[in-house]
Amino acid sequence: MAIFEGVDLACERGGRVVFAGLGFAAASGGVLLLAGANGAGKSSLLRLMAGLAAPAAGALRWAGKPVTDDPDGHRARLAWLGHADAVKPALTVARNLANWAGMAGPRRAAADIDAALDRVGLGRLGPIPARHLSAGQRRRLALARLALGAAPLWLLDEPTTALDEDGVARLAGLIDRHCASGGIVVAATHGAVLAAALTAPVATLTLRAAS
Amino acid sequence: MMRAFLAIVGRDLRLALAGGGDAAIAVAFFLVVAIIFPFGIGSEQALLARIGAGVVWVAALLAALLSLERVFAADFEDGSLDLLALGPLPPALLALAKALAHWLATGLPLVVAAPFVAILYGLPPAALPVLALALLFGTPTLSLLGAIGAALALGARRGGVLVPLLVLPLCVPVLIFGAAAAEAAITGGALRLPLSLLAAFLLTAAALAPWAAGAALRQALGE
Amino acid sequence: MAINWHFLSNPARFGRVAAAVLPWSATATALLFAAGLWLALFASPDDYQQGETVRIMYVHVPAAWMALMVYVFLAVAGAMLLVWKSPLAELAARAAAPLGTGFTAIVLVTGAFWGKPTWGTWWVWDARLTSVLVLFFLYLGHIALDAAFDDPRRGARASAVLALVGIVNVPIIKFSVDWWTTLHQPASVLRLDGPTIHPSMLAPLLVMAFAYLAFFVTFLLVRLRAEIARSRAEALRAAAARATP
Repeated sequence: MAIFEGVDLACERGGRVVFAGLGFAAASGGVLLLAGANGAGKSSLLRLMAGLAAPAAGALRWAGKPVTDDPDGHRARLAWLGHADAVKPALTVARNLANWAGMAGPRRAAADIDAALDRVGLGRLGPIPARHLSAGQRRRLALARLALGAAPLWLLDEPTTALDEDGVARLAGLIDRHCASGGIVVAATHGAVLAAALTAPVATLTLRAAS
Repeated sequence: MMRAFLAIVGRDLRLALAGGGDAAIAVAFFLVVAIIFPFGIGSEQALLARIGAGVVWVAALLAALLSLERVFAADFEDGSLDLLALGPLPPALLALAKALAHWLATGLPLVVAAPFVAILYGLPPAALPVLALALLFGTPTLSLLGAIGAALALGARRGGVLVPLLVLPLCVPVLIFGAAAAEAAITGGALRLPLSLLAAFLLTAAALAPWAAGAALRQALGE
Repeated sequence: MAINWHFLSNPARFGRVAAAVLPWSATATALLFAAGLWLALFASPDDYQQGETVRIMYVHVPAAWMALMVYVFLAVAGAMLLVWKSPLAELAARAAAPLGTGFTAIVLVTGAFWGKPTWGTWWVWDARLTSVLVLFFLYLGHIALDAAFDDPRRGARASAVLALVGIVNVPIIKFSVDWWTTLHQPASVLRLDGPTIHPSMLAPLLVMAFAYLAFFVTFLLVRLRAEIARSRAEALRAAAARATP
């Protein structure tokens, strides 16, 4: 029942082949962890999955259909957490979150925003300008976007960066809940911290730099 | 889609206005550039009245360009551009929304500030509304052309100095007819040609520039 | 361009074609320049108004034609790069841009040499010269953008978009500058194009134009070969960097 899969993918950056002949399959309700050394192409693979970059070869499929058939639909079904937090220091924490919510879907009530902040442990920081946040708190704010959205496919690039133990536990909780409701998560991660904290079924894909 | 468009415009405006941001600095820059000219060329009234309209246009062009580089670069650096690109708007409309926000935050305040500079230069009062009208038609074109340059320079070395080099030559027609409109108002010449050409440039730029900027954004994100 | 670029986009095949064409185009360049300069400097009449200085025209005007033609070439190469991802188009634009900049520089410098005896000053904001000056900066922007990225292919694609934007703008800029000069000063004496030109001046002008064209083809091929070699060397260096742990 794999519904998000890649076949024979190749990625080229700056004239060099990052990886080639790569395949993966992520099933509804499961987590796919991307492992591998620096430069093995974890972030590049995530960008291919999101459609931000086009693969040099191969195809991505959702429910058996190539995602290039319906790029708008693909963008609508995914939530993206890049290695950067996309937090604007000049705006308040709640405003930061509301901006993204307003772009992606119907207008969210302030209560929804507060609930999402609560779930990442930023509950009382809503009216504070984001420039006062620590690196870990900014990461949590980025995670709150996931908690707020309803996209079935989560693509996470090093989601545990800067997070403390409590942060990792909350992230694991978000992922578990997402998977329990039938979602798919693909996450690039260095350590085993996240895998250890998850209860959802985990598969690992180890990338090796193409020579 | 309309809602996402407005959400992006609103977000950028909020960012531009937050904490005395880009908008205030662009207007201040515009004023200081305009005021520096007499120190270089002397304070003779007739001379200043002669060059006033041109100075307003050149200063407006520089002020718009100064803030353009950040239009996409800030979002590119902090990861927001990835999220914007993954939103419901295609890249061309995204570029259009960003250009519109840039114009509302910097171009429109310049239109309001320009008559004050014109007074300092001793332009006849009858010329002020025409000057403002010409800026109203011309500055959005500068934002649109600038959006192309700003998108092209994403991820480039020396992006800040590169953008004016790319964009200024493209702005020559707007500058020519913008200044010509103001001059026609002073000398009593025909206003219709320069003003209608400025409007034509604006329509052309609004129809074409977002595609070029969108293509540039796609390239910047694909890396 | 009637050349089939897809056929040529294989670098090895291109190398063979270039090697076959180069001796011919180099010889043609030399012969055409020799003939053109002889016609222009010795075998053509003085202008009844401008005297000997009119001979600058034979260097100046064809250079202006080439400056514009090479910009069109950049735009066509840019479109081919963006639409068909032709790797040769990327290198062709990179090879052609400095040549086009050189042609605009020749136009501007010879324009100044011509202006001094004709107008008594090195520079006049004449419509043609001013348009070429703007074109010069379009070229500079193109080259700067192409070189501004760590990944040369990214630079090529960005400057391809810029060339397409530029080619749409060139006629608008030309029209605007023409209008602007008629507003600010009387029409210039440099109206040398069109049917008013005397046939005895047309022959050297055309020979010089073909000389410039042959020059462009020759140096485009030379520079393209250098670019292909350089991109190969770059790939080898990148491979070496990867092999080192």
